[in-house]
Amino acid sequence: MAATEIILAGFGGQGVLFAGKILAYCGLLDNKELSWLPSYGPEMRGGTANCSVCISDEPIGSPLVTTPDILIAMNQPSFDKFINDVKPGGKVFYDSTLIESDCSRTDIEIFAIPSTKLADENELKGGSNIVLLGKVIKETGIFTLDTMKKCIEKVVPPTKAQLIANNFKAIEIGMNN
Amino acid sequence: MERNLMKGNEALAEAAIRAGCKCFFGYPITPQTELAAYMAKRMNKAGGVFLQAESEIAAINMVLGAASTGVRAMTSSSSPGISLKSEGISYIAGSDLPAVIINVQRGGPGLGGIQPSQADYWQATKALGHGDFHLLVYAPASVQEMVDMVVKAFDKADEYRMPAMILADGLLGQMMEPVSFPEISANPTDKSSWAADGHKGKREHHIVNSLYLKPDELEKSVADRFARYDAIKASETDAELYLTEDCDILLCAFGATARVVKSAVNEARAQGIKAGLFRPKTLWPFPEKELNEAAKSAKKLLSVEMSMGQMIDDIKLAINCSKPVEFYGRTGGVIPNPAEILAEIKKVGGAE
Repeated sequence: MAATEIILAGFGGQGVLFAGKILAYCGLLDNKELSWLPSYGPEMRGGTANCSVCISDEPIGSPLVTTPDILIAMNQPSFDKFINDVKPGGKVFYDSTLIESDCSRTDIEIFAIPSTKLADENELKGGSNIVLLGKVIKETGIFTLDTMKKCIEKVVPPTKAQLIANNFKAIEIGMNN
Repeated sequence: MERNLMKGNEALAEAAIRAGCKCFFGYPITPQTELAAYMAKRMNKAGGVFLQAESEIAAINMVLGAASTGVRAMTSSSSPGISLKSEGISYIAGSDLPAVIINVQRGGPGLGGIQPSQADYWQATKALGHGDFHLLVYAPASVQEMVDMVVKAFDKADEYRMPAMILADGLLGQMMEPVSFPEISANPTDKSSWAADGHKGKREHHIVNSLYLKPDELEKSVADRFARYDAIKASETDAELYLTEDCDILLCAFGATARVVKSAVNEARAQGIKAGLFRPKTLWPFPEKELNEAAKSAKKLLSVEMSMGQMIDDIKLAINCSKPVEFYGRTGGVIPNPAEILAEIKKVGGAE
C-alpha cells in the first residue's frame, strides 16, 4: 500500500484531533507506519483545527499533509480551505448539516453525510466525528470495522468506558448512511 | 517490542524518566509544553522531582544545583526560553557538570512564532552562552530517535561531564508516531570523585565552581576541557548516509527537515536523478568524516534547512570548500514540502 495521506479539519471542539488519533491508532493496531500531526496555535480557539495523518507500509517522510488522498471536513471554512488540495482520485467526506458544497470538481469523489444531524437524532451528541469515520472506513476500506472497534476500546479512557458503546453505534450509523 | 503511539514531547519525557532522570525543572512554552506536563504527571510517581520554576533562568540554575549533587537532571524549553537559559548553561559547562537540555525549536528571532524552526543551529553548536565551551548536540528526526537520543545524551553527558542538548523542533515535538522503549538500564556513572553530595565528615569538601581568578589556572581548566572535546570529536560523531554511494547531488539536512528531504530524494531517484542524503545525527561534534565519505561522488551539495542557512557553514568547513555547496531554506515556521525541494534539486543539480 502506498502512503494514504489524510487531513481532518473542523472547529476546535468537534473532535477532529480525536478522530485523527483514532485513525492513527488503527494504523498502529494494523502494524502500519504512521504519523499524526496536529495544527497547533491560536487558530485552534474558535477558528479551524486540523490534523494530518499518514498511514503507510513505508517509513513516513514529511508528516505534514499538503495534498490529501482523504479529506474529512467538519465545517465550512475547512471544506473551502482544503477542497482544492485533494489529490485527483481522492475522496472527500463532509458534514452536510454544517457545510454547503459548491465544489465543481469531477476528479474526486465527494460524500455528503449529515453527520451532526444523524448523531443528534440518535442521542449521540458530539458523535458527528465518529459517524464520519464510519463512512470513511466503508467507502475507502482503509481499516476494517473490527480494527476500528478495537481501537476505540483502546483510546477511550477507562473512566469514560460507558462511551464505547455510543462510539460503536456512531460508526455503524456512518457505515449505513 | 510493544509499539506505543506518543507525541515527541511526551516520548522525550518518558525516555528521560526511564534513563534515570531524577530532577526536572521547567517553565512552560509552546511548542514544548507537553514535555513538562508529562513530567508533572509522571515524575513524582517515578520517585523524582518535578518543579515548575518561576522562570527559565531559575530552572536552569536548579539543574546546575541538582547536577552538582550527581543526580541526573534535565530542563526543556523552546527557542526564546533557551536564550534565557544560556547563562546557566555556560556555568554548567564551566563547572564540568552533566545535564540534559531540550530545545523544541520555534521560529525566531525575538518572540518569533510558535511553528517549527531550525534557526537555533548556530546557537546550539557555536555559542550557547559566553566563554570557550561546547555542548553535545543531538538532532533526532523521529519520535523513536528522540527516545534513543535522550538516553544517549544522559550517558554521554555523564561520561564526559558536560551538558548535552537535544535539538528538536515543533514538528517533532507535536507529532505522534509509533515508538518503543528499549530495555533501558540507567547507566550509573561513578560520580563519587566530584559530586557535592555530602561528605559526612569522612572526606574533603567537593567544590563545584566555574570561577578561576588567576588567568593561568582558568587557561588550564579550559585547555583540559578542550582536550576532552578532541576525544569527543574523534569518537562521538554520528550520521545517516542514504543513497550516497553513487550520488551526483548530495542533500544535507537534519531533524524534521531531513524527513521531507528524504521524500524528495526518493522522488528524484524515481525520475532518474542521482540524489543522496547526508543527515547528521550529532551536530556537535559535526560528522566531518561521514560527510566527506557521503560526498565522495557528489558534484554538488545542497543544504536544506528551516532557517536562512546555518549548518551550511559547517558543511563548507568539513569539505574544505572543495565542492560547491548550495542552499535552500524556509524560515519563520514554514515547513518546506518535498515538491519544492525536488524543484530545487533540479534547479541546482542541472538535471533539466
